[in-house]
Amino acid sequence: MIKTEKLSKKFGKIKVLQEISLHLCRGQCVALIGPNGCGKTTLIKSILGMVVPSSGTIIVQDKNISNAWAYRKNIGYMPQIGRYPDNMTIGQIFDMMQDIRGEKAGLLDMDLYESFQMKELLNKRMGTLSGGTRQKVSACIAFMFKPEILILDEATAGLDPISTEILKEKIQRERANNKLIIITSHILSDLDELVSEIVYMEEGQLRFHKTIESLKAETETDKLGKAIAHIMLSSKTTVHA
Amino acid sequence: MLKIIKYVISDILRSRTIIAYMVLLLALAFSVLGMESNAEKGIVSLLNIVLFVVPLVSIIFATVYLYNSAEFIELLVSQPLKRTKIWGSIFLGLSGAITLAFLIGVGIPIIIFAWIPSGILLLVCGAGLSAIFVSIALWTAVQIRDKAKGIGLAILLWLYFALLFDALVLFLMFQFSDYPIENGMVALTMLNPIDITRIIILLEVDLSAMMGYTGAIFQNFFGTGGGMTLTAIILLLWITLPFLFSTLNFKKKDL
Amino acid sequence: MKSFYLLKQVVFTYLMVCGSVYAATIKVGNAQVIKSITKAISLAQPGDTILVDKGRYSEGTITIDKPLTLIGKAYPTIDGKKKYEPFSVKSSHVTIRGFLVKSSGHSSLTDIAGIKVYNTTNVRIADNILEDNFFGVYFQASKNCIAENNKIKAYGSTEQLSGNGIHAWKSDSLTIFNNTVKGHRDGIYLEFVTHTKVEKNQSTNNIRYGLHFMFSHDNAYLYNEFTHNGAGVAVMYTKRVRMLYNTFNENWGDSAYGLLLKDITDSEIRHNRFIKNTTAIFMEGSNRIHIENNQLESNGWALKIQASCMDNTLVSNNFINNTFDVTTNNMTLAANNFNQNYWDKYEGYDLNKDGLGDVPYRPVSLFSVIVEQYPMAMLLFRSFMSKLLDRTERVMPSLTPENLMDENPYMKPLNV
Repeated sequence: MIKTEKLSKKFGKIKVLQEISLHLCRGQCVALIGPNGCGKTTLIKSILGMVVPSSGTIIVQDKNISNAWAYRKNIGYMPQIGRYPDNMTIGQIFDMMQDIRGEKAGLLDMDLYESFQMKELLNKRMGTLSGGTRQKVSACIAFMFKPEILILDEATAGLDPISTEILKEKIQRERANNKLIIITSHILSDLDELVSEIVYMEEGQLRFHKTIESLKAETETDKLGKAIAHIMLSSKTTVHA
Repeated sequence: MLKIIKYVISDILRSRTIIAYMVLLLALAFSVLGMESNAEKGIVSLLNIVLFVVPLVSIIFATVYLYNSAEFIELLVSQPLKRTKIWGSIFLGLSGAITLAFLIGVGIPIIIFAWIPSGILLLVCGAGLSAIFVSIALWTAVQIRDKAKGIGLAILLWLYFALLFDALVLFLMFQFSDYPIENGMVALTMLNPIDITRIIILLEVDLSAMMGYTGAIFQNFFGTGGGMTLTAIILLLWITLPFLFSTLNFKKKDL
Repeated sequence: MKSFYLLKQVVFTYLMVCGSVYAATIKVGNAQVIKSITKAISLAQPGDTILVDKGRYSEGTITIDKPLTLIGKAYPTIDGKKKYEPFSVKSSHVTIRGFLVKSSGHSSLTDIAGIKVYNTTNVRIADNILEDNFFGVYFQASKNCIAENNKIKAYGSTEQLSGNGIHAWKSDSLTIFNNTVKGHRDGIYLEFVTHTKVEKNQSTNNIRYGLHFMFSHDNAYLYNEFTHNGAGVAVMYTKRVRMLYNTFNENWGDSAYGLLLKDITDSEIRHNRFIKNTTAIFMEGSNRIHIENNQLESNGWALKIQASCMDNTLVSNNFINNTFDVTTNNMTLAANNFNQNYWDKYEGYDLNKDGLGDVPYRPVSLFSVIVEQYPMAMLLFRSFMSKLLDRTERVMPSLTPENLMDENPYMKPLNV
């Protein structure tokens, strides 16, 4: 569903992405992890067309996305920090997104909207909202238009435990609907019961792409966190060695 | 595209800064025009305020807005929208809102006290200046990532257009006064939209002085239909060119 | 019989001498016995009146060489056919009234006029219409003559192809009253003319000056209107001029002046209105001029006073809405007295409520000094740069004349 081939990106002299080749498919829930500054967000942004790659290609649903924009209709994106125009109300944000997406109100996925009880907040201005509430708005928007692909950047950061659970349940339901879900998160415990695959990046390079089962088997642990820690340690020793 | 413009405008029109700007213009224009019995003289006093305030507020407000909306712009870019459309909408929304604030703030007092050709000209030119400085703000903001640097540059640019440029013109005039520099000087002023606006309006109001020694030059250039058309075209270029350049940058920008 | 003849002789001689009393009237016209004005003049006795019917008379130059009164009924046309001088007056005590005089010849050697008065006295040119003549009414070395209620118009396009509307040369004690002049080179031109009164004339749209005089002493100009002339009004090399209650309007252009004073001394300029001129008053080499109660409004420069001017007085004038109030080319302009004028740019205060500001007003701004030297600087007029310069200068005067100031400026406009 998403395929990158030798994807590279430089910011000035810094190589943020180095020849990343990746193939992600329908029905997968992919955890994109790695230390800070490893290129996760840049990879996501490249897929979303927000960052223009220096070289390599990205193919989404069999189409090269360079200079294209219509493919994003099939992607729901929840950014790391969701900031909206201060003087717009939540209701207007939803209206605007519906306007942009051109979806009819009846066809929308309102699960999160209802679970997060957005209705009561419709008249609140974005400028007055807490970070958590803004995250909720972002989540609602990402899922609202029933996209085939969901990209959630640090989705659970800033959410309270109840909302985190609501979101996780929603993610699982969507995965069951045969969608591709890409999540980045630092909180590995959150990912544990969600993800089917792990993509691990380090210093702009793709270290590995494995299913969670094989990863656990390799590292002989049953917790994702421990498995990753194991990997990180071993990679560090390789670097030092 | 219209949708985004609509939301951008409604967002900006509710910002406290823009309301304060409008109220400030209203207060200034009312007091200047209300106290002055001679409408033309009032327009001249108002002209100075407009030339000072409008570029400053337009460029700073637009710059700050663009930096504050960085994440919102990212969000828009992640949506199924063409980048040029997003950028165009932001430009039209921003310049539309600021121009509207200007037209209300200065327009109402002008309609009440000074509904004369020079007053109308002032409104048109002020609206043009608003758009021009929004356009310039777009160009600088798209190139500089750092907010503080970007705002600093915006202030510097304003200072340049409002004051430094004229100092430069004066300096060149002193240096080359022995040469036939008239046409060159008129051409030079075309590089500053504030100067163009000022001269156009003064030709309407202060004709007697402008027709002095330099009368021949002014009349040959600004006094003719061709000169006026050219001036109007240059003002339009000042609106469109920075915006076009900024669009080229934005198309390739990594957000 | 013989005595009767003698009587006849005496009466005839008497009539000749006192023609004005027992004048005969000769009628000229298509329907009359005498069809030509020239013939009528040759038949007429001094003091006779010649009455001319409506019609067209192209008789070359009509020379009036005896004291006659010529009266036109319903403006008969005297046509010079672009070749001749329609009327040449070469006798004293002539009156020409009620004619339409047109199309005099043009010449660069002699000054051909619609009506020209040669070396004589007591001539009256009244109620005529003069159209498309080289010069309009021309007094050459004449005395005690009057030009009144004439409407003079020309269509000349350049200074060379056009003469002056009313032209007087080496004359004395003329009265020029209530004429209108349009489209000539100068509207009214006086050279070496003395003791003359120019009153209630309107001089408009002339190519060069509305009024122009040189070497013409002891004249008075009252209640005239000079509007929209190429270069305004110029007065030069003259003593003891009185200019009162005139209006100088909209004299706009590269080198246009409301009133240009060059080498004028001991003169008065009072109660005049200078509205919308490029330069309202320009003074050069002018001394002891008293300028009082004038309205100077909406001009580019209200007063340009050159270094060569001394002992002039400006009191009780209104300076309103001028781009620049006063400029000068000299830093140490002394001995000119500016006092108790109203300046709308004055920003002082009046604590003792005597109607006069408590701090002096300096009418010369730094920017105007710069413009004087670098005219192109006008491009920066009313920019922040120019404001900044003026403000700085006001705080620390360094480049503007120190002594040029009004010590007691009025707080409110005066009735002038």
